[in-house]
Amino acid sequence: MREDNAEAVHAMADIIDPQKDKAAKSENWLKPHRIVLLLLAALMVALMAFNMRWDWLPLYWTEMLGGLWVTLALLVSSSILGFAMAVPLGLAQVSGPAPLAWAARGFCTMIRGTPLLLQLWLLYYGLGSLFPQIPWIRGSFIWPYLREAWPYALASLTISFAGYEGEVMRGALAGVPKGELEAARAYGMSRFTVLRRIWLPRAIQRALPTLNGEIVLQLKATPLVATITVIDLYAVISDVRQDTYIIYEPLLFLAFIYLCLTGLLVAGFRYLENRIPTRGV
Amino acid sequence: MIQEDVPASGTTAAPSAERAEVVRVENLHKSFGSLEVLKGISFTAQEGDVIAIIGGSGSGKSTLLRCINMLEHPTAGSVSVHGETIAMKSDGDGGLVPADRRQVQRIRTRLAMVFQSFNLWQHMTLLGNVIEVPVHVLGVPKGEAVERARALLDRVGLSDKEDVYPAFLSGGQQQRAAIARALAIQPEVMLFDEPTSALDPELVGEVLSVIRDLAHERRTMVLVTHEMSFAREVASHIIFLADGEIEEEGQPEAIFDNPKSERLQKFIGSIQ
Ligand SMILES: Nc1ncnc2c1ncn2[C@@H]1O[C@H](COP(=O)(O)OP(=O)(O)OP(=O)(O)O)[C@@H](O)[C@H]1O
Ligand SMILES: [Mg+2]
Repeated sequence: MREDNAEAVHAMADIIDPQKDKAAKSENWLKPHRIVLLLLAALMVALMAFNMRWDWLPLYWTEMLGGLWVTLALLVSSSILGFAMAVPLGLAQVSGPAPLAWAARGFCTMIRGTPLLLQLWLLYYGLGSLFPQIPWIRGSFIWPYLREAWPYALASLTISFAGYEGEVMRGALAGVPKGELEAARAYGMSRFTVLRRIWLPRAIQRALPTLNGEIVLQLKATPLVATITVIDLYAVISDVRQDTYIIYEPLLFLAFIYLCLTGLLVAGFRYLENRIPTRGV
Repeated sequence: MIQEDVPASGTTAAPSAERAEVVRVENLHKSFGSLEVLKGISFTAQEGDVIAIIGGSGSGKSTLLRCINMLEHPTAGSVSVHGETIAMKSDGDGGLVPADRRQVQRIRTRLAMVFQSFNLWQHMTLLGNVIEVPVHVLGVPKGEAVERARALLDRVGLSDKEDVYPAFLSGGQQQRAAIARALAIQPEVMLFDEPTSALDPELVGEVLSVIRDLAHERRTMVLVTHEMSFAREVASHIIFLADGEIEEEGQPEAIFDNPKSERLQKFIGSIQ
């Protein structure tokens, strides 16, 4: 205990000075090899812009916006729903009764142990062909939705995210220092208040960097839904390639869009992470 | 609640019978598996008492303190706060568990614990830590809680740190913040478990001086400590624990200047 603390106090001495850090960063940008690389990058962009075919871009603008919308809608809704499932999955594993913990662990292992493509097809072709045989489903109000492809895409992306994040939340919940939870109990918080005010926020704070990476992975998993006829951004670009016989440019453009989305996600999470400053790890 | 006339502090040496009894521990036993850590402890803390619990490492001091607010469930015996006994029932395995979780939660809001390792909530600023329990457990309006929290942080010398997260503070500052968090619930008893033993020597003084002020205010406290001279200075009563039993207890002068039992003599000899 004593040594721990001595270390912490030593670490106090070199809290990062943000001013100094900024100065260091701008200095880095000016190093000669950086300048050379930047110039090379600019040259490549110029070559791409002038030597490749981009005339198809304006023609498919609306389709691509529609595809982007589908990609983003699937990403956001499956991440939110999946995370909402992941919290109880993590909790069950950390503090649930044995059968529940076992079931949650089994679910996470199963989801993480099989390819997403397989899950997607099992849901779409398996459930999708099962439902029409059940009369009361055909008669119900959800039937029009079940005949479309996107509910299966959303469902499989959601359970996949839940499986991975359930594991992340298990680790994050288990990693919250016992003393902080004990203090919460010692001050009369009910179990639910401890969870809502201390345990969960603290675990999410710890899990944020991992969650960021997982959502980026989730973004890059979305093109799989094109295999079950959902028209996402990737599907639109595939159509462009088939219609125009242009091979590389649409793919490059697609890569560029995914990169931008990833950049936005990373920046958004960095903002969230910085709202609660932490020292060291 | 019990209504009783409490003589104003510092008047006469009030006979102890007239002061309200705040904590009563009766015949407390605690075992971890086959290891019997507490072997029948009884004591009472009356209003204004500062009870220091001393003893060697592993003698059961922390366990005793943690049984008072049910962070550990005693194997046998009872704990009462202001005359209200915490209801216990058998856990079916030779031990006890609280019969009514609500009652324990309610009683806990009257006992404030200060931990050896501070245990501030790291995802909240100091102000957030201090208002957390008043707002989210006691239902104090936020504005009022913030106002009181600022006064408390000022009192422990941290008025300029209210927006800082605990990880950015020294151990001494964190412990003072933890004391402010404890005071924010306006506790009837404060429980300290070695509040300075995780601190670097140069930071011990600032925390002790805050606790000393509280003692001078005649706050009821139960304090586990290794700081013998401090215990002697602030305590009204000292309990020497050895092997899970109260080996000797009494006024500080009697304990330190005139130890009767051999073990206490040895213990005092070893720390001087
Ligand atoms: N949760 C637990 N499970 C098993 N044994 C425990 C547990 N907590 C404490 N003990 C044991 O109980 C005994 C008393 O521990 P306790 O922490 O109360 O001692 P202490 O007097 O506070 O010692 P220290 O001065 O080192 O803090 C020790 O032998 C310890 O190993
Ligand atoms: Mg201890």
